Amino acid sequence: MAMIEIRNITKSYGEFKVFNGLSLEVEEHQVVCLIGPSGCGKSTLLRCMNGLETIQGGEIRIHGDRMSGPGVDVNALRRDVGIVFQSYNLFPHMTVLENVTLAPVKVLGQNRAEAEAKALHLLKRIGLEHKAKEYPDRLSGGQQQRVAIVRALAMGPMVLLLDEITSALDPELVSEVLNIVRDLAAEGMTMLLATHEMGFAREVASKICFLYGGKVHEEGPPSRIFSNPTEERTRAFLQRIIEAGRL
Amino acid sequence: MASTDDSREGGPAASLLGGDRHWSAGTPPKDVTGWSITALFVTILVVFAAWSTLSGIHSALSTVKSESLIGTAILVLCGVAVLALFRPAVQSWRQAQEAKRTLAGSDMVGARVATAASREFAYVTFGYAAVVVILLAVAQFFIANNLAVSQTFFQLSLIGSSLALTLKAFWTNIYIFVVAEILVLIWGLIVAIARLLPGDAARPVRLISTIYTDMFRGLPAIINIYLIGFGIPLTGLPVLKDLSPESYAILALTLTYGAYVAEVYRSGIESIHWSQVAAARSLGLSYMQTLRYVVVPQAVRRIIPPLLNDFIGLQKDTALVNVIGSIDAFNQARIIASNHFNLSPVTTVALLFILITIPQTRLVDRLIERDQRRMRAGGN
Repeated sequence: MAMIEIRNITKSYGEFKVFNGLSLEVEEHQVVCLIGPSGCGKSTLLRCMNGLETIQGGEIRIHGDRMSGPGVDVNALRRDVGIVFQSYNLFPHMTVLENVTLAPVKVLGQNRAEAEAKALHLLKRIGLEHKAKEYPDRLSGGQQQRVAIVRALAMGPMVLLLDEITSALDPELVSEVLNIVRDLAAEGMTMLLATHEMGFAREVASKICFLYGGKVHEEGPPSRIFSNPTEERTRAFLQRIIEAGRL
Repeated sequence: MASTDDSREGGPAASLLGGDRHWSAGTPPKDVTGWSITALFVTILVVFAAWSTLSGIHSALSTVKSESLIGTAILVLCGVAVLALFRPAVQSWRQAQEAKRTLAGSDMVGARVATAASREFAYVTFGYAAVVVILLAVAQFFIANNLAVSQTFFQLSLIGSSLALTLKAFWTNIYIFVVAEILVLIWGLIVAIARLLPGDAARPVRLISTIYTDMFRGLPAIINIYLIGFGIPLTGLPVLKDLSPESYAILALTLTYGAYVAEVYRSGIESIHWSQVAAARSLGLSYMQTLRYVVVPQAVRRIIPPLLNDFIGLQKDTALVNVIGSIDAFNQARIIASNHFNLSPVTTVALLFILITIPQTRLVDRLIERDQRRMRAGGN
């Protein structure tokens, strides 16, 4: 049984159908990359998976349990499914350390010393323990995004959703963030990435899903999708990425 | 989704640059002699007006036998000081001449620099002249009718003799607004959060808090104080009927300003970008935890300036308690004023109200600045 099963989900914003019977499975320890044109629903799919948005039809099962629809304890769900956003969304009025320890203390009920020790350990792992007392404003985009990843990891999630986490970064800062994702993949974290970094997707993904028309239009291992896509739409999309010099 | 090769309109060889392009930034500067002459003319007018007003003040003071050497010295000093207006006006004229000369010598850059300087000096002249004119108008008002205005509002002997009594009564105002402000801070936040509660279950709560804010923002504070101050004792309700007039005032002002401040809180909370809420909720924080730790702390920083506005309004409205017979500073001053047929004690109260707001404004500016510096500078 797959760790995440998305079955036939539908969702519309007014007339516009974001998902039109989309299905997708993610095995444990898999890294799945969602690619596709802007507005195809990559981000929305991730946001639906941890309850930040609701779906209108179908179901999402995580670890065999139905995690969509009424009656789901979304706060508990979100402890299992962490998310990192494109714009980092660190809390500007808190230091780095406070950002990372807020949820472990308030949600998991860890005592502050324990949470801080753990947070400092994680910050040290990404080389930012010297920034623990700084406010996010003082950090570069890449540093902020690394802190945001650590903030999500501090909750000990079973799945990590990464929503275009390098799209807002200056090019030279992208690698420091992707290195962390690489390490997480190597350590076996189950991850879903919405991304425009095709080179990175090709390297790190176990599976590429091309979203189009409210569905997974084509999926497969990166070696096949990038070199030999079967669908016309996928080919056209990748062609434009190549024209833009991004692949 | 559009196809890969977009078709381009306009047929072949349509240039992106268009045909008609030429430089236009190299024209010589406009002549500014007119501006500098106007500046000189305005200066002469203002100086004469000032001298005539100053001599008017001098003769008004001598008719009421309150001239003194120091007073005359100050007037003469003012008369000399106003001559300073000539400085920028003359500079403007000189630069205008300089501009003409350099332009004749075909030094375009020098001409531009001189023109800009001349214009700037002319504007400086106008700016200062305008302020002097306003001050002169105020002075004329004060000396009109043999210093009638000054005597009515600023009789120093009466201000001095009534100051102690007025100050003592001003403590009532301070007591009322300090207690009311604390209550308003709490009550306003409760109302704002009630109004922002999500979900169907909270619909009636949202409705009632909306009705409350609409009602008490619309109701004039003076009517509210009057109704509560006179009405509650009449109801004979236990405990409530025996409160002091000050307590009724605090209650009434809390209800009125609670409605204003609730709206300030609400706008502050709504101004926090939804991505902050998304980040907090995605970490498993509940709605209330998100408000408590993420949204409200950020909102409070943003609403401090409008909050101060409302607090200054509240402080001033403590003067309304005289309608229910509380002896506040205004009421006290009115009693003294009617005994002496002179409004100077009321002027004292007016000045007191102004004086207490200024340090608050400066303090809040400092706090905001410090907070921003802390967030930028990092470390602590």
